[in-house]
Amino acid sequence: MSATLQTTETRTMTGAEIVLQALKDNGVEVIFGYPGGAVLPLYDALFQQNAIRHILVRHEQAAVHAAEGYARSTGKVGVVLVTSGPGATNAVTGLVDALMDSIPVICLTGQVPTHLIGNDAFQEADTTGITRPATKHNYLVKDIKKLAGTVHEAFYVAKSGRPGPVVIDLPKDILIGKGPYNEAPQAPHRSYRPQTEPDMTSIRAAVRLLKGARRPIVYAGGGVINAGPEASRLLGDFVRMTGMPCTHTLMGLGAFPSEDPQFLGMLGMHGTYEANLAMHGCDVMLNIGARFDDRVTGRLNAFSPNSKKIHADIDPSSINKNVKVDVAIVGDAGAVLKALIECWQADEQPQDRAAIAEWWRAIDGWRGTGCLQYRQEGSIIKPQHAVKRLYEITREMGRETFITTEVGQHQMWAAQYFGFQKPNRWMTSGGLGTMGYGLPAAMGVQIAHPDALVIDIAGEASILMNIQEMGTLAQYRLPVKVFILNNEYMGMVRQWQELLHGSRYSESYSEALPDFVRLAEAFHARGMRVTEASQLDDAIREMIAHPGPVIADIAVAKDENCFPMIPSGAAHNEMILAPGQEGGVTGVTDEGKVLV
Amino acid sequence: MPDPSETTLRNATIAVLVENEAGILARVVGLFSGRGYNIESLTVAPVDADRRLSRITIVTSGTDMVIEQIKAQLDRLVPVHKVSDLTLEGPHLARELALIKVVGRGEARMEALRLADAFRARVVDATIESFVFEMTGAGEKLDAFIALMRPIGLAEVSRTGVVAIARGPGGFEA
Ligand SMILES: Cc1ncc(C[n+]2csc(CCOP(=O)(O)OP(=O)(O)O)c2C)c(N)n1
Ligand SMILES: [Mg+2]
Repeated sequence: MSATLQTTETRTMTGAEIVLQALKDNGVEVIFGYPGGAVLPLYDALFQQNAIRHILVRHEQAAVHAAEGYARSTGKVGVVLVTSGPGATNAVTGLVDALMDSIPVICLTGQVPTHLIGNDAFQEADTTGITRPATKHNYLVKDIKKLAGTVHEAFYVAKSGRPGPVVIDLPKDILIGKGPYNEAPQAPHRSYRPQTEPDMTSIRAAVRLLKGARRPIVYAGGGVINAGPEASRLLGDFVRMTGMPCTHTLMGLGAFPSEDPQFLGMLGMHGTYEANLAMHGCDVMLNIGARFDDRVTGRLNAFSPNSKKIHADIDPSSINKNVKVDVAIVGDAGAVLKALIECWQADEQPQDRAAIAEWWRAIDGWRGTGCLQYRQEGSIIKPQHAVKRLYEITREMGRETFITTEVGQHQMWAAQYFGFQKPNRWMTSGGLGTMGYGLPAAMGVQIAHPDALVIDIAGEASILMNIQEMGTLAQYRLPVKVFILNNEYMGMVRQWQELLHGSRYSESYSEALPDFVRLAEAFHARGMRVTEASQLDDAIREMIAHPGPVIADIAVAKDENCFPMIPSGAAHNEMILAPGQEGGVTGVTDEGKVLV
Repeated sequence: MPDPSETTLRNATIAVLVENEAGILARVVGLFSGRGYNIESLTVAPVDADRRLSRITIVTSGTDMVIEQIKAQLDRLVPVHKVSDLTLEGPHLARELALIKVVGRGEARMEALRLADAFRARVVDATIESFVFEMTGAGEKLDAFIALMRPIGLAEVSRTGVVAIARGPGGFEA
């Protein structure tokens, strides 16, 4: 059959079959979902085929986080299927999470039949209305002739430019009706054609600034991860050939290897002293694929006051949004890095290597503060130590390891003490900060990487927000390890209350916690509890060695705070360090208190 | 280059060419309300039936940085073809249409007619005690006429909001 024949050929199928065919044609192998009346035709079609595997979650929010974990660890689009009404509304948190972190996800939602839309029918919700600000784009399919084309377009939209979640709302009559199947069009999209190749004038301007820099820094974010592993490799090449220090946002961890001496650690609110002071003191900053988020910049009018700023982003609306930059580069991070490297090599201007060596001496001085040092003494396990040992032991074992997290102090300790040498190994809810993200995300990662070690570094409060997914782990024999840093507090809330609200611990104590060992066992998993520092290493080894899912409940120091910390509303050079470390400041201003 | 410390506001008349599809207006309006941008006026109508295109004209105000943001945010909406800042991109025409009902008898009625004539407002409906005037022009001209009608017997006003187009031969193609 000739190529033209194939693309013009149409077959008639039911709407449900069209959806599955379109998913298959877009390379989908697995979907995460939960059935209900409005999507029964799709479940019926799923039952009658083998190409697409369906993973039955226990809550629709978890389906979206699982799809996010799948997407982030593979670079593919994650796919979700939920019913109308409550199925769709339950998915909303996941959609906003994917929107904030730029994760490509497609969420198929059931809808009441077209003739009932607007009638307050049973399980009707205005899904496209509700999800409009929760998605990159959404569709309500009212004409079966447009169904196949809409699914193809949704994939294009989800993964092109700045990726994000897309909802396709599917009325039941459309799923049951018959219509034509069209293959994905070859023609470019009518209106959405984001720029991926950078403009060379801005690349040259960037290189000119960078070559002349005396105190440069590379600040890279999730855009580099989203651009694919090749972009991370190019980032490494660029950082090494230029001799510049490199720091990452929470979303960027793994793009540049943490063990490389040019890596300064994470920056921002709980970033390292050296990364934040280098950001503050640099003279030229290259931001690739990060968005000058408030967790990163601190007080805007004090952010890196004396630097020229270059910002490369695939989303023009991210540029000059919070911070005015001197050189704007619109493009895919990989394409930008490739162009920067080529232009750098072609440019004759020498670097001021002496000045840069001087800059490194200053950075090494800040490093000398040892801002992530802690003292593990006695039998009470320090949470930092638990993460550090988890990292060291998995590293010794050499197993391919993926880490997800919940949200809170444990998340920041994971970011600080677990090192990532490769992209796509770290999945955390950065923009939305969704407690309950880590367990379902780990599920999605494990589905994509059945033989890898997948660990959710959790808090005892967060884990309860999607604990029902232990059932999914059991059903599909997913050997996810849940590593709970149990401080008996919503630790991050407690920390803010200690520092900002006179230690009045309002509603932040984790009262009436379950027995996590028996809870694990009730879900057919292995449960472990560790209370003594001396037991920690053996327990970690045992957890990893167990072939099935595990909950390891690690009792850690209850009152430990996460440092360094730039309080909201403070500048990078107004960091609070751990007690006993020198160089920081203390206190939070009144203006800072209104900030989140 | 926009400067974040800059606080002076400017007006901007922005033309947006979009797919003529359900929900597009909600997306645009949602963008403005969700991000706290100001809308002074917004008009929309199909302009090319064959190619299913509509044109939205938005009058807004903000700092340079905010207006840059508004344009970039509009441009990344999937059904948006093109965004143009008419205020920045050279001379343009901006027009608005108003229907203005004035009620009164005797001398007030005569005064309304005289002023309407001076402002080139057309009478499109009349009874013994009322007129409806139709008037097209720049917003300030409409404002001035409406202000004059108020003491005379202004009863009701309906305005379209601004439509605008660049002067000269340049087009605004999808
Ligand atoms: C869904 C949701 N609700 C509330 C919050 C606010 N919040 C942020 S961290 C946190 C406490 C988390 O406690 P835990 O999971 O025990 O983690 P820890 O900070 O103790 O490590 C809360 C309530 C949130 N991020 N997400
Ligand atoms: Mg806790």
